[in-house]
Amino acid sequence: MVLVYAESPKGKFKKAAYEAVTYGAKTAQVMGTQCVALTLGAVEDASVLGKYGAAQVLNVANDSLNNFDSQTFTAIIAGVAQQVGAKVIVMNHSSSGKSLLGRLAARLDAGSVSGVKSVPTVDGGFKVKRNVFSGKAIAEYEIKSDVKVLSLMGNALPPEEVGAPVAVQTINAEGPAGRVKVKEVKVEEGTVPLPEAELVVSAGRGMKGPENWGIIDELAKELGATTACSRPVADTGWRPHHEHVGQTGVAIRPNLYIAAGISGAIQHLAGVNSSKVIVVINKDPEAPFFKAADYGVCADLFDVVPALTAAFKKYKANN
Amino acid sequence: MKILVCVSKTPETTAKISFTADNTFNSAGVQYIMNPYDEWYALVRGLELKEQAGGTVTIINVGPADNDQTIRKGLAIGADNAVRVDCDPKSSLYVAKQIAAHAKAESYDVIFFGKETIDYNGSEIGAMVSELLDLPFISYATKLTMEGNTATVERDIEGGIEVAEVDTPVVLSCAKGMAEQRIPNMRGIMMAKRKPLTVVPAVEAADLAVTVGFEMPPAKSAVKMIDPENMDELVKLLYEEAKIL
Ligand SMILES: Cc1cc2nc3c(=O)[nH]c(=O)nc-3n(C[C@H](O)[C@H](O)[C@H](O)COP(=O)(O)OP(=O)(O)OC[C@H]3O[C@@H](n4cnc5c(N)ncnc54)[C@H](O)[C@@H]3O)c2cc1C
Ligand SMILES: Nc1ncnc2c1ncn2[C@@H]1O[C@H](COP(=O)(O)O)[C@@H](O)[C@H]1O
Repeated sequence: MVLVYAESPKGKFKKAAYEAVTYGAKTAQVMGTQCVALTLGAVEDASVLGKYGAAQVLNVANDSLNNFDSQTFTAIIAGVAQQVGAKVIVMNHSSSGKSLLGRLAARLDAGSVSGVKSVPTVDGGFKVKRNVFSGKAIAEYEIKSDVKVLSLMGNALPPEEVGAPVAVQTINAEGPAGRVKVKEVKVEEGTVPLPEAELVVSAGRGMKGPENWGIIDELAKELGATTACSRPVADTGWRPHHEHVGQTGVAIRPNLYIAAGISGAIQHLAGVNSSKVIVVINKDPEAPFFKAADYGVCADLFDVVPALTAAFKKYKANN
Repeated sequence: MKILVCVSKTPETTAKISFTADNTFNSAGVQYIMNPYDEWYALVRGLELKEQAGGTVTIINVGPADNDQTIRKGLAIGADNAVRVDCDPKSSLYVAKQIAAHAKAESYDVIFFGKETIDYNGSEIGAMVSELLDLPFISYATKLTMEGNTATVERDIEGGIEVAEVDTPVVLSCAKGMAEQRIPNMRGIMMAKRKPLTVVPAVEAADLAVTVGFEMPPAKSAVKMIDPENMDELVKLLYEEAKIL
């Protein structure tokens, strides 16, 4: 059995949950077994997970699960894994997954690989791949324990609808009361968080100052993209630090990454080189970023960015 | 306050990444540093806490004798003493069990980790140690305020932050925002030489998940340069050639 913990922040699934179930279903297929999805706490419409390949959808609901505590969640997921006889446990490589994967591995004495990007292969050992060295290489891992714990990198594979909704079964599982009390969750509504974003518009020191960001916001708005920035821009307070991408910031893997006025230092590339398509706007033809780009525009960003926004508007109006 | 900071050694951020014929990381010509999250955020925040509340800061590293130089840097920045668990670790849970074995005997109030190592980017070990010690864990902490033995922690979550409260003992993994990098001064470097660095043997533990091979990401095709006067062309290519919109 493959057990997928489908996370539901504030009681709702995001794309990540569908990705995890799709991944779990594909893994189950390779292993010749079934995929069971587990949801914790009050969730809207959990039956939808059947569409992504879950043969069963389980829900454990008690009040303690409305407050995220990795100890409570781990005990419950481990308990359910044992109840259903799970050989593989899958979750997202998300802020909660990063606290759960290691705990589950330690609790079950299981081998684990975080941030995987491919479906496992099982001939001659259970093997799975992930990026290492901030995307500069790919490593294959072999897991040798009976039970295995995996977390899936965001945007590593698209959710696939392969089945129909299934009825949700409510089950009981106990965990210790959490010792971490969540006091407040401050999430910007309306924008897609960077780790999940499919479209990202980013800018660097070439912007000269924070007062010039209007043109970046307009391009992002036109595309429905999330905004990001280089590290010095966040360090000097031109932009909030959660926008900082790179080796020491957020690692992203959008379908499209547009970078304006960013030189493309190796530490910046480390966080963005998994993007499917990279567009670089820079006035210096020698900027290293062009080597990592799919499309390049060598000119003043203060001319190019507004022109690009206008061109997107025009294309959308005509097509 | 008794503080433990877990530090690892990683290739420097601009190091060229390659692998040898027998599929191990090619360390020839590679410079090593202390993992930036461990040094800049975990260690410095640990030191600040000691400066505020008194106590000791201990560094632990699980690794071979080559790592002593990295550990000494941590002592030069201000840690009081260090422990190295002598071995050549190959998997996360193995490392976690070494750290837990040491920490169990010592009863630390706060155990600091970096949010991840910049080489294997695992983000696993902090959570593992918390479970092995049956302690609460908060990952990706960006801000910590301590009052008595109650910690208020801000942490990064998707698209924002979460604020949580927890009593010590607690395990935290640290991200940008926790502290500001400190450069060791001459006095620190001299004192570090005399601070205790205890080498202990590893406890028995299995490697349950190990790397068996490496490959390089597929090479990018050459960049297509677009006439700055023709943004319509770029938009068309994004829709019709790249097909990502
Ligand atoms: C250990 C370590 C970790 C690091 N981690 C990160 C990280 O996670 N993320 C990160 O981003 N950086 C990181 N850095 C910093 C990194 O090395 C670079 O210094 C940084 O990325 C440069 O930011 P930038 O490209 O915005 O600025 P610059 O390097 O100053 O580049 C500005 C660019 O804008 C162009 N430009 C200027 N004006 C215009 C104009 N009018 N029109 C078009 N183009 C223009 C210039 O040609 C130049 O290429 C790290 C560094 C270290 C040492
Ligand atoms: N060999 C090691 N010895 C001590 N601490 C380590 C070691 N490797 C990793 N760590 C700690 O665990 C954190 C997370 O590592 P990882 O799970 O490998 O990404 C690092 O930031 C360090 O704080």
